[in-house]
Amino acid sequence: MRWFWYASPQTFYPLAGKLAVAGGLAAAVLAVVGLYVGLLVAPTDAQQGEAYRIIFIHVPAAWMSMFIYVVMAFWAGLGLAFNTRLSGMMASALAPTGALFTFIALWTGALWGRPTWGTYWVWGDARLMSELILLFLYFGFMALHASIEDPRRADRAAALLALVGVVNIPIIYYSVKWWNTLHQGASVSMTAAPKMAATMLAGMLVMALAFWAYSIAAAMLRVRSLIRERAA
Amino acid sequence: MKPRHKRLLAILGGLAALGAATALVLSAFQENLVFFFTPTQVAANEAPKGRLFRIGGMVEKGSVRREGVEVRFVVTDTARTIPVVYRGPLPDLFREGKGVVAQGVLNADGVFQAREVLAKHDENYMPPEAAHAVEAAQKAQKTVVK
Repeated sequence: MRWFWYASPQTFYPLAGKLAVAGGLAAAVLAVVGLYVGLLVAPTDAQQGEAYRIIFIHVPAAWMSMFIYVVMAFWAGLGLAFNTRLSGMMASALAPTGALFTFIALWTGALWGRPTWGTYWVWGDARLMSELILLFLYFGFMALHASIEDPRRADRAAALLALVGVVNIPIIYYSVKWWNTLHQGASVSMTAAPKMAATMLAGMLVMALAFWAYSIAAAMLRVRSLIRERAA
Repeated sequence: MKPRHKRLLAILGGLAALGAATALVLSAFQENLVFFFTPTQVAANEAPKGRLFRIGGMVEKGSVRREGVEVRFVVTDTARTIPVVYRGPLPDLFREGKGVVAQGVLNADGVFQAREVLAKHDENYMPPEAAHAVEAAQKAQKTVVK
């Protein structure tokens, strides 16, 4: 079964290098296309005017902040169950990128909120609160891992934290449905037709792919660094 | 079974239990996790008395009146309405027929004295031409129904 062919850090190392290059190139191209569509092609919004264009950063970043956490928890869980070294390294490699996108989502959200809602932030809104908790989970994961000397034990402890925090992801996603929130509901979902013009949606999707490609590149570079560190 | 399969099962089981526990905790705390109350809830005395709380709904069309520094409007959820009075800057997106979330106190005559008014916008994004088309279609529909 070729499942475990790349489970060896040494075997995965060169593949990670190739993925990093491919991811970086794809991210650059997709970002240019995405920003072109978002800033120059997509029409102005009837309600918000030009201010809405921050959506092309905010939403893809928010999507990645949630997606990366799930992937990170997946690797962490796998490492915990199967005692595989590379799985734990993958989780650690993903955390900083996940934290970055969470921060970008919160920051761009605040900048967007001021001219539209009338405030940078509100305490008590379920979407905002749960996304902030996600940032703390990422920081907690990284801090916990850094505080434990032995890398394998650090992997296991941080993995437990990652797994416990996974319950926050559906809370973030469904927050606007389950509770009364200031944050609006989903414009794009898997069950309903999109509530936005086609070019706007296209721009958002291309930017999401760009961020995804970037995340792969960043994680691959980081995991290579971890492989080198731990091989010594 | 192999130890690693046992560990995997333990993790999955733990996650399931955590999910269930969270669901129970959240449902138990539903009442206390309110960010804003609807006009119906306020009319049913579900909102706290003598304390700051938030009310959310739509600005009733035709209800906005400016009297000097003060602005008065009505918040509706299509079932019940609550009158609001406010002194201060209103966000750009504050419009009749659009969403609003106001923070303040309900005074003795049932008027909500707002300290802060925020505009809530919906999740629809469309160019002005499309918005006009949607509006025209809605008006046409109302004429036909009558």
